[in-house]
Amino acid sequence: MGRYVIRRLLQAIPVLLGATLLIFAIVFALPGDPIRALAGEKPPSPQVVEVLREQYHLNDPLLLQYWYYISGVLFRGDFGTTFQNVPVGDLMKATFPTTLQLALTALMIQAVIGVGLGLWAALRRGKAEDTMILASTLILISVPTLVSGFVLQLLLGVKLGLFPIAGTSEGWYSFLLPGFVLAGGSIAYLTRLTRTSLVETLRSDYIRTAVAKGMNRRRVVGRHGLRNALIPLVTFLGADLGNLMGGAVITERIFNINGVGSLLIRGVYERQQPIVVGVVTALVLVYILANLVVDLMYAVLDPRIRYE
Amino acid sequence: MAKTKNDLLPSEGGFGNEPLLAVDNLHVEFHTRAGVVKAVNGVSYSLSAGETLAVLGESGSGKSVTAQAIMGILDMPPAVIPKGEVRFRGTDLLRLSEDARTQVRGQRIAMIFQDALSSLNPVFTVGWQISEMFRVHRGMSKRDAMKKAVELMERVRIPAAKQRVNDYPHQFSGGMRQRIMIAMAIALDPEVLIADEPTTALDVTVQAQIMELLADLQRESNMGLILITHDLGVVADVADKIAVMYGGRIVENAPVHDIYKAPAHPYTKGLLESIPRVDLKGQELYAIKGLPPNLLDMPSGCAFNPRCPYRQDNCVTDVPPLHEISGVRSSACHYWREVLDGS
Ligand SMILES: Nc1ncnc2c1ncn2[C@@H]1O[C@H](COP(=O)(O)OP(=O)(O)OP(=O)(O)O)[C@@H](O)[C@H]1O
Ligand SMILES: [Mg+2]
Repeated sequence: MGRYVIRRLLQAIPVLLGATLLIFAIVFALPGDPIRALAGEKPPSPQVVEVLREQYHLNDPLLLQYWYYISGVLFRGDFGTTFQNVPVGDLMKATFPTTLQLALTALMIQAVIGVGLGLWAALRRGKAEDTMILASTLILISVPTLVSGFVLQLLLGVKLGLFPIAGTSEGWYSFLLPGFVLAGGSIAYLTRLTRTSLVETLRSDYIRTAVAKGMNRRRVVGRHGLRNALIPLVTFLGADLGNLMGGAVITERIFNINGVGSLLIRGVYERQQPIVVGVVTALVLVYILANLVVDLMYAVLDPRIRYE
Repeated sequence: MAKTKNDLLPSEGGFGNEPLLAVDNLHVEFHTRAGVVKAVNGVSYSLSAGETLAVLGESGSGKSVTAQAIMGILDMPPAVIPKGEVRFRGTDLLRLSEDARTQVRGQRIAMIFQDALSSLNPVFTVGWQISEMFRVHRGMSKRDAMKKAVELMERVRIPAAKQRVNDYPHQFSGGMRQRIMIAMAIALDPEVLIADEPTTALDVTVQAQIMELLADLQRESNMGLILITHDLGVVADVADKIAVMYGGRIVENAPVHDIYKAPAHPYTKGLLESIPRVDLKGQELYAIKGLPPNLLDMPSGCAFNPRCPYRQDNCVTDVPPLHEISGVRSSACHYWREVLDGS
C-alpha cells in the first residue's frame, strides 16, 4: 500500500508540470498588456514599462518564462510575486485554508443530506416520500448558485437572522450557509446517485441470499446492502472536492468570503501569471490528492481491490 | 442452547400423514407493465424427510419462482400469490407473519442458488458470512461462531478451511464458492434444502463433486432436498422422485425409475429423448420442436398443445387435470395412457 501511494504521487509530477505549463501558456496568450493594465488610465513612461518588463521577464520567450517560474517553485518554494510585489505564496496561504474549509463544509453537508435523502428515497421507492425527494432534487439542480445564494442569504441571514450574512468571523458556523449553497446541485446529484446505488444493490443476488438466510430487513439493508451501495459514492465525493474548491467563486462573492475564487478572478483580470498558475497548480494538487484518497478508500471498502 | 421456537412455527413431528413440505395448487403472478405474467399456475408437489425431489423443466417454466415462493423471498410486488398453500409440517407458510416466516427461512428451510459468486456478498469474508448464521440465529459470540464456520467449511470439504476462513468470495474457485453457499445453507441443520441449479455454472467434474456432496450431506442429516435442474442426467443418480414443470404447471409427478422406464406425458418423453446418449452417438439429437409458451398469453387448453405430437381436438379447448396414474404418479395429459404405452 505504501509503495502504491508513493508511485501514485510520483505519477502526479508530470501531471502537475503539464497543467502548470498549459495554464502558463493560456495566460501568456491572453490579449492585453499586464503592465498597462496595472498602470490603469495614466500610461507610464516607456522607460518604466521597459524596466518592469525586464523585471518580470516579460520579454523572454514563453518556455524561458516558464522555466524561471517553475524553477522558483520547485527549488525555492517561491511562487513569484504579484506586480504589486506581494508574494503569491502568501496570498495562497491566506486564501486556501478558507476555501478548503468552505469546500469541506459543503462536502460534509452534501454527504449527510445527499446520502441520507438518497437512502430514504431508495427504501421508500415508489412511495410518496420517494417522489417528493426526487422532485425536490430536480428543483435543487435547476436553481443556479447565484439565485439560491442570494435568496438564502436574504431569507435565513437577513430576515430570520439564523446565520451570519457574510464573512467568516464566526468560525465553522459562518461556513454552514455558504457551504449549503455551494453544495446545492451536488446534494441533488448525490441524492439520486445514492438512491440508484442502493436500489441496484438491493436487487443483487447476495441480498437475496441474505434474505434467504433469515436475516431481517434491517440487517439485510444495513449490513449487507449499505457498504456495497456506498462504494460508488466515494468516487463522486472525491472528485467533487476539487469541483467545489474551483467552483466556489460565486459563493465566495455572495458571502464575501476571501477565498481562492476571488484570488483566481483577480489573477485572470490582471493577467498575473504567477497568481493564476499558482492557484490552478494548487487546485490540481487537490484533485490529485482527493483522487488518491478515493482509491485508497476503495481498497478499504471493497476487498476485491488491493494495491500492492 | 437452542433458542426456544416461536409458537406460531410448525412443531416437530408433523401431523399424521402430512409430508414434511407440501406445495398445494400454488399460483404466482407478476404484475408488470406489460401485463400479468402467470409464472406458476397451480403447482403441487410434496417432499418427505430424507427424500430428494428433482424439479425439471425448461427455462421459464416456473421452477425458481415456485422455490422462491416456498422460501418467501419473492419481491411482492410485483409478485402476487393469489391462490395456493405451502405447508411445512402442516402449517401454511403463506399465512404466517413476516416475523414467523423469517424464523423459518435459513433455519428450517434453506436455499442455495445457481451463481455462487454473485450470491455471496463481495465485501465480507466467507467466515463472516457463514458465522453470521450462528451469531444472528443462535446468539453465539464471534469467536465461537467463527469456529463453527471452520467446522462447516471442513464438512463441505474445503481444503485448508482454517487458513481460508478469512478469505473473500472472489478468492475461491467456482466449485469452492458453491461449497461455501452449501455450508451456509446447512449451518443450522435445516429440514429442507432447496438447491436451485447448484451446478449449472460449474464445469462437469466439479458438478459431479457438488452433487455427491449434497447427496452425502442429505444422507447424514436426513433433510428433504429439492433439486431444481435442467439436467436429466444428474437426476437419475440422486433423485427419488421427479416433478416435471411446463408453463408454470406440473405436467408429471413420478418416482424416478418409473419416469425413466416410461414417461406419462409427451413433454417428459421429449425431454428424455433429448438427452445425449452414448449408444446413439453420431445421430442427430432430438429436440422438442417449437418454443416455450408465452406466459403473458398462454395457449388455450393444454399449454403444451402447440408442440405436442399427441395433440387431439380437446387439447386445444380443455385444460387437462392432473390425472392420478397410481398412488405416487400423476400426469397432466388427456392421453397419458397412450403416451405411457409408447404408442
Ligand atoms: N420479477 C419478475 N417479474 C416478471 N416476471 C418474472 C419475474 N421473475 C420471474 N418471472 C417470470 O416467471 C417465469 C418463470 O421464471 P423462473 O425463474 O421460475 O423459471 P425457471 O424455470 O427457474 O427457469 P430457468 O431454468 O431459466 O431458471 C419466467 O418466464 C420469468 O420471466
Ligand atoms: Mg431458475
